[in-house]
Amino acid sequence: MSKILVGLKRVVDYNVRVRVKTDGTGIVTDGVKMSINPFDEIALEEALRIKEKAVASAGDPVEVIIVSIGPADTQQQLRTGLAMGADRAILVQTDAAVEPLAAAKVFLKLIEKEGPQIVILGKQGIDDDNNQTGQMVAALWNRPQATFASKIELNGATAKVTREVDAGLETIEVDLPAVFTSDLRLNEPRFVKLPDIMKAKKKTLDVLAIADLGVDRTPQFKTVKYEAPATRTKGVLVKDVAELVAALKQKGLL
Amino acid sequence: MTRILIVAEHIGGKLNSVALAKCVTCASKIAGAQIDAAVFAVDGSDVAAQAAKISGIAKVLKIDNAANTEALSAVLAPQVAAVAANYTHVFGPSTTFGKDLMPRVAALLGVGQLSDIMAVESAYRFRRPIYAGNAIVTIEAPQDKKLVATVRTASFEAAKDGGNATIEATSASAELPTSTRFVARSAAATGRPDLQTAGRVVSGGRALGSAENFKIIYSLADKLKAGVGASRAAVDAGYAANELQVGQTGKIISPELYIAVGISGAIQHLTGIKDARTIVAINKDSEAPIFEVADIGLIGDLFAILPELEKALG
Repeated sequence: MSKILVGLKRVVDYNVRVRVKTDGTGIVTDGVKMSINPFDEIALEEALRIKEKAVASAGDPVEVIIVSIGPADTQQQLRTGLAMGADRAILVQTDAAVEPLAAAKVFLKLIEKEGPQIVILGKQGIDDDNNQTGQMVAALWNRPQATFASKIELNGATAKVTREVDAGLETIEVDLPAVFTSDLRLNEPRFVKLPDIMKAKKKTLDVLAIADLGVDRTPQFKTVKYEAPATRTKGVLVKDVAELVAALKQKGLL
Repeated sequence: MTRILIVAEHIGGKLNSVALAKCVTCASKIAGAQIDAAVFAVDGSDVAAQAAKISGIAKVLKIDNAANTEALSAVLAPQVAAVAANYTHVFGPSTTFGKDLMPRVAALLGVGQLSDIMAVESAYRFRRPIYAGNAIVTIEAPQDKKLVATVRTASFEAAKDGGNATIEATSASAELPTSTRFVARSAAATGRPDLQTAGRVVSGGRALGSAENFKIIYSLADKLKAGVGASRAAVDAGYAANELQVGQTGKIISPELYIAVGISGAIQHLTGIKDARTIVAINKDSEAPIFEVADIGLIGDLFAILPELEKALG
């Protein structure tokens, strides 16, 4: 049995228009819909496809373990992940904000305990937009990383990964175990079906305290204030191409 | 004293000079800082010479190693961490190169990383966007730790040429893994200006309807000597290549002129263009959110407007 560890972060749903609190102390989250970070959903889908492929080819069976770090309510997102098809879940519970380095240390502890061949995380959380945790897990674990993956091909003890980079697509080969982070076009996550939601209720969801893992989560950075971004002012409408060209010329752009 | 090391990005012997020059501008906002650049290559002489011309850089460190044929973060990070010993700050650009590398460097150094610096308030106080730019946070970093960060290049002007930095060969003693290997890179050689540095960009969205129709975007771009971009919807639909995606999870750009054609203006797309000097929107839906941010809007059928516009441009 080989294991895949997948990170699932609870974030403000991507359809919510995020607003800054009027006193500048944070983001309005009261009564706001929370969901699995979209990139993490893609990460989980990829793990499930690897598992299903192993079943279809009668290969070594794969166990998919989803991990989240967050408040007690994060169990909702983990149950959704279990309904998608993950085998079991671990919630490392904390109400405090956890920086990427501390999150990576939590993952390292769980990696040492579970011994996965593959760790897949989303390339970034759509809340803090940090894009760090996968790279940090790989560094602390001293294993290869293949970030921004749009295609993962496993081949025994190695994996060939296509990455979305600024110049186009880059393919690298890594020895397993390794850390992958998912980009948007890696796959399209499945929809959860009702019977699976019922089944998910019976699956194991372990809750640990972050302190139990011996990880120091004291933040390094201090967020002093939150502000709404400067807004662009609405411009003018032109009625035809001639007016458009004239307006561009007037601005010295043509 | 503040000593800032900037990791230079290069590919095929060519420095990403715009990314480096923008990081230099960011670093130069920290009063009294000494700014050095580091080139990790097999033989970095040419790239180091290109970097030395950027005004504001005191010294270019050249770290040659046979393992540095391609920029693999697992191989580069231990070297960057070793060279970083003499510095208070280590910066990289917020390109896919920097985003891949810098968190690995930070973790090796046992410190956190600050992503996407958009403004400098002091050596340890910065502003950065979160939630796809829907909020801006001011962050304070501890002064007793090395600060590793990526610089949001779209937020800074490029430092000018005219510098004459000294080039110093050095070595980075670190054990380098062989468990990550480069296989291939595929990029369409377009001959068009690079999307991230182009002064003008024409982007197409879902309304183009097909890869075939997307050609009119290229045609207009060529007329304007502009780079080409695309919305996520257009890339997901297969009308345009992934490296053209502009937005939260694609490229963040700041051209003088941005022309959005058939792009509705989802929040995640607007994140990528809000630093553009002038935004032009062409869309048949007068209610499209793109018109809320456009400096000049033209409501109408893009398939009628674009040929006419091309003609008007002569």
